[in-house]
Amino acid sequence: MTALLRTDGVSKAFGGVQALDSATVEVAEGSIAGLIGPNGSGKTTLFNVITGYERVDSGEVYLGGARITNAPPDKVFAAGIGRTFQLTRVFSRLTVMENMIVAAQHHEQRQGRLHNPFARAGGPATRRRAMELLEFTGIAHHAGALAETLSYGQRKLLEMSYVLMARPSIVLLDEPAGGVNPTLITMIADRIRQLNEQGTTFLIVEHNMDFVMGLCDNVTVLDYGTAVVSGPPDVIRTDPRVLDAYLGTAEEDDDDIQVG
Amino acid sequence: MSAPSPTSTDLVTTEPARTSLLPAGRPGMLIRLGSLAVLLVIAAIFPLVITNPLYTQFAVDTLIFVAAVVAWNLFSGFSGYISLGHAVFFGTGAYTVGLLTTHWKVIGGTIFALLPLGGLAAAVVAVPFGLIALRVRRHTFVVITIAIFFIFQLMAFNLSFTGGVQGLSTPFFLWSAADYNNPFYYVALILAVGAIVLAWLIRGSRFGLRLLAIRDDEDRARGLGVRAMRTKLSAFIISGFVTGMVGGLWWFFIGQALPETVFDPNFDLSVVLMAFLGGAGTLAGPVLGALILEPLQQWEAITFTNGYVAEISLGVIFLAVILLLPRGIIPTGKEFLTRWQAIRARRGQPAQDGAAPAASGAAVPSPPTPKTGSIR
Repeated sequence: MTALLRTDGVSKAFGGVQALDSATVEVAEGSIAGLIGPNGSGKTTLFNVITGYERVDSGEVYLGGARITNAPPDKVFAAGIGRTFQLTRVFSRLTVMENMIVAAQHHEQRQGRLHNPFARAGGPATRRRAMELLEFTGIAHHAGALAETLSYGQRKLLEMSYVLMARPSIVLLDEPAGGVNPTLITMIADRIRQLNEQGTTFLIVEHNMDFVMGLCDNVTVLDYGTAVVSGPPDVIRTDPRVLDAYLGTAEEDDDDIQVG
Repeated sequence: MSAPSPTSTDLVTTEPARTSLLPAGRPGMLIRLGSLAVLLVIAAIFPLVITNPLYTQFAVDTLIFVAAVVAWNLFSGFSGYISLGHAVFFGTGAYTVGLLTTHWKVIGGTIFALLPLGGLAAAVVAVPFGLIALRVRRHTFVVITIAIFFIFQLMAFNLSFTGGVQGLSTPFFLWSAADYNNPFYYVALILAVGAIVLAWLIRGSRFGLRLLAIRDDEDRARGLGVRAMRTKLSAFIISGFVTGMVGGLWWFFIGQALPETVFDPNFDLSVVLMAFLGGAGTLAGPVLGALILEPLQQWEAITFTNGYVAEISLGVIFLAVILLLPRGIIPTGKEFLTRWQAIRARRGQPAQDGAAPAASGAAVPSPPTPKTGSIR
């Protein structure tokens, strides 16, 4: 297996806090990879560094062999990395369909259809694809509604949907199951599996251990900004270093330690 | 795999509801186009019917502000970057056409041909202005625009070619005093209508959608491939171009450009207030705001000998808008309308009253907008 996404010794400090300390994480092409670790271990910072929202202090980020270190977010997205946020971020005063079209612009441009900036937003092909994706995630009947009227779970689904508009090669999901009801969690896991079968690679940050262990082919554990161990879920479940990482900060998130 | 391909199955079930929305938008569209045509005809014959120069002067001033507010809105309203420095473009346009008129000794109606040059100068100014100011957001952006505005006002006072505190002199017009206002009226009308059409084109375009996405969440937009700086700067330049033309026209109309009247902080405040009164970010809101506030300002200026009455009322209206109508007339009015329609619909079928709120769609009572209808 070759690594589709690789961070090579990435470090990032905020003032005196070393959020990432020479973190090396690899995501194999075609896999569903999990990234776990206690609160403050640097998971979201790693996402921010990969997707261009934060600059690295040192280290490199590669996508399929190409160096994308410190590329701005729009270039990272264009290169094929889609990303959702822990606290969902949708364009609240646009309709769900308009949200989808915003994300399609790069893709339309690549097909050479964006030379006229005054062209009407969202051609028929784009709208058709958007409806397909919204049907796939089950929120198609809200297409004409303003995004601010969606529930929290629906916003998560919308975020997943519009990230897929540009057919990214890898999708980074930041807590896709956080704050979502169990039925929806099962549905989200299902959709991730289906997309993965069609060739999309995933890197998932999640505190819900059942979700991670049931879904991922490979799990990496981050602690104090460093990847301490990486392997299949069965191995991670029993690794003493994982227990150490969590028990060291046990008081802040007890219910997350459902290892095994 | 247990789960079948979902795209094909779900598509069938949602289809009928969606297609039924399509024809509903058609008559509404006709009514809208019809009323727009009527408004345009009224605007076109206005100075022929109402010949009192006092009123035609009000009308020219109002149209000038309609164009200015629409131009401001197509940047600030759409992108959410509130500019309090658009007087920079207004003044740059005014001084450019003023200097060119004097320098080239242009007289008569041909002076109006200089207006695009005023716009061009303002657009050129917008590039460095935008590159500096658009690096920061929200309050910081507002403060930077004010600071740059005062730099321009200072330059107008102190540079040698601007005429300093004396300003620039009046150009010669070759038409009679009786219908002096009419040529200005029609040029202002063309500018206003042009600005509205431009805003409408942008609102429905990919470019416009990118601006609106930036307004709602710039960082998220960047993460979806939107090149934010390029988009914001383009809108800023377009907005500056139109505002520059408006400034040039205003200078011709008033006949005198002083540093404090073309680089006027009250211009910025009025434009912003008009946009917020009508509804910033909407298409009709800025037009409505200008149509209400500018005649009011003019009427106050001639009715009360104390010149501060107009300014005080501007402040009072500002407070009232912030407290009572923070979103503006158009969005608030639309909300009332949909709520009223929902109440009427519920009264029409009281039997199903209990079932309606339980439905998942009940949270969104808005009727199908044209956007909804065109989705398929």
